[in-house]
Amino acid sequence: MDFISILSIFVLACFVGYYVVWSVTPALHTPLMAVTNAISSVIIVGALIAAAAAEVPGAKWLGLAGVVLASVNIFGGFAVTERMLAMYKKKERN
Amino acid sequence: MTLPPDAVSDLSIAADAAQAVNPWVALAYLASGVLFILALRGLSNPATSRRGNRFGMAGMLIAVVTTLITHDIAGLPEILAAIAIGGAIGFVIARRIAMTAMPQLVAAFHSLVGLAAVLVAAAALLNPGAFGILGLDGNILVVSRVEMALGAAIGAITFSGSVIAFAKLNGNMSGAPILLPARHAINLGTLVAILGMTAAYALAPNAGPGEGWLFWAIVAAAFVIGFLLIIPIGGADMPVVVSMLNSYSGWAAAAMGFTLHNTAMIVTGALVGSSGAILSYIMCRAMNRSFISVIAGGFGADAAAAGGEPKEQRPYKQGSAADAAFMLEQAEKVIIIPGYGMAVAQAQHALREMADMLKEKGVEVKYAIHPVAGRMPGHMNVLLAEANVPYDEVFELEDINSEFATADVAFVIGANDVVNPAAKTDKSSPIYGMPVFDVDKAKQVFFIKRSMGGVGYAGVDNDVFYMDQTMMLLADAKKMVEEIVKALD
Repeated sequence: MDFISILSIFVLACFVGYYVVWSVTPALHTPLMAVTNAISSVIIVGALIAAAAAEVPGAKWLGLAGVVLASVNIFGGFAVTERMLAMYKKKERN
Repeated sequence: MTLPPDAVSDLSIAADAAQAVNPWVALAYLASGVLFILALRGLSNPATSRRGNRFGMAGMLIAVVTTLITHDIAGLPEILAAIAIGGAIGFVIARRIAMTAMPQLVAAFHSLVGLAAVLVAAAALLNPGAFGILGLDGNILVVSRVEMALGAAIGAITFSGSVIAFAKLNGNMSGAPILLPARHAINLGTLVAILGMTAAYALAPNAGPGEGWLFWAIVAAAFVIGFLLIIPIGGADMPVVVSMLNSYSGWAAAAMGFTLHNTAMIVTGALVGSSGAILSYIMCRAMNRSFISVIAGGFGADAAAAGGEPKEQRPYKQGSAADAAFMLEQAEKVIIIPGYGMAVAQAQHALREMADMLKEKGVEVKYAIHPVAGRMPGHMNVLLAEANVPYDEVFELEDINSEFATADVAFVIGANDVVNPAAKTDKSSPIYGMPVFDVDKAKQVFFIKRSMGGVGYAGVDNDVFYMDQTMMLLADAKKMVEEIVKALD
């Protein structure tokens, strides 16, 4: 992919993000922050690439450290979001 | 701005390097990006939200597995161990954390994303070959240098800023703004230095580890500015800060996505970046403050000073739990306005018990939540959900404000500024223009407050205290609500 294609994806994704986020109900803004935090840890992809390559030990260790940090976020972020969302219940109608 | 000729040729070299990628891999990352969009889309309604979260998990799994199976991995056990260690820590924290502590948890998580971005950018500097960012001359491509430097800088700002936000929210550090002299000049200077060094790094003849000092200088300056940007911001503005750092963590991920030509990272970065930016905007609008004035900091510093002066005593009515219980029973419609004080006192469970008893007696009970109630967007909603309050009894400011005219009781618990009529009438008030609940239109106002001394975060007196129809219930919120529950029995 050339730079312009990547930039196009980015700009269009910003617009998607704009409309999707405005449609999120304010009651779920805290779970929204928790889940965006979890998905932004997709940066683990970069950390995995660094950790997978053995030729430069320094880069490998930085990568492994990045994998640990991003994993805390991924597991923690999704789990805490799940925990919060499970609490939202509708009125019981008798 | 015109790009130097070698930068332009770098663009096409980058294209060649990336085109070697298997199209199925690109499609897998695209699928993961789409799943992340669906994850946020699911949050439009509590009923679909859990499915959305599962989409997010699936997207992450696809991204991680795709990366692992398409790279030659020297030490898989090490990587799996790293995932297991991080995952276990994250999972345990997520299980144990109290819902009241959610703002500081989110701040702590943001700091990790920021630091991870710095580590990834540093790893790319040390081993550019693995990231496919080497040009034909054996140097890191100019575009990639800019992306790495910006990614690392935004990541470093996110990290140090989030650490300060965490310390303020968690009470390790005072919530009061810390104002350095000439802080605007210092911040601006540091920012210009970061941009200047990024340009110098991009145009350096040799950007490999040899010229890495520029990269590290950028990271160091960014760490410093993240710290400097957040210390002058007071506790009341933390919802905006947490949202803003959320946005930054997204932009950092997007910058690294540019370096790696990875669709999943770019899409996610854009989503998270917009999400945080929109939440910051919503918070600012709910306080009638401009984003710039929040970032400039210092809000609440003057008010704290003014709060120390002796004020003229105005007469107010004080009531007991029994009085409140008697009148609540007689009411037809009660609107409860919770604020951060409810969270501090952990009164949400007792409050729900009170609401249940009133409902049994045929009283209509609704909850009204201001966008800036609590320490992060939606914080009150989570706390009420935790106490088993059904979400269809909880309303946003604009949806319920017209109903106060028909309410018998407005029950204010741990909130203050969000019900202050000065926001509508007093042009000199620091909260003038902020949308507030029209509690003064309700027949009765019950105001639970620890004492008459303390004022809200904005540090302004509230005329609601002294209205004829207001009864002050001066006690700890939880104790007072428990006593009302007893009296209702």
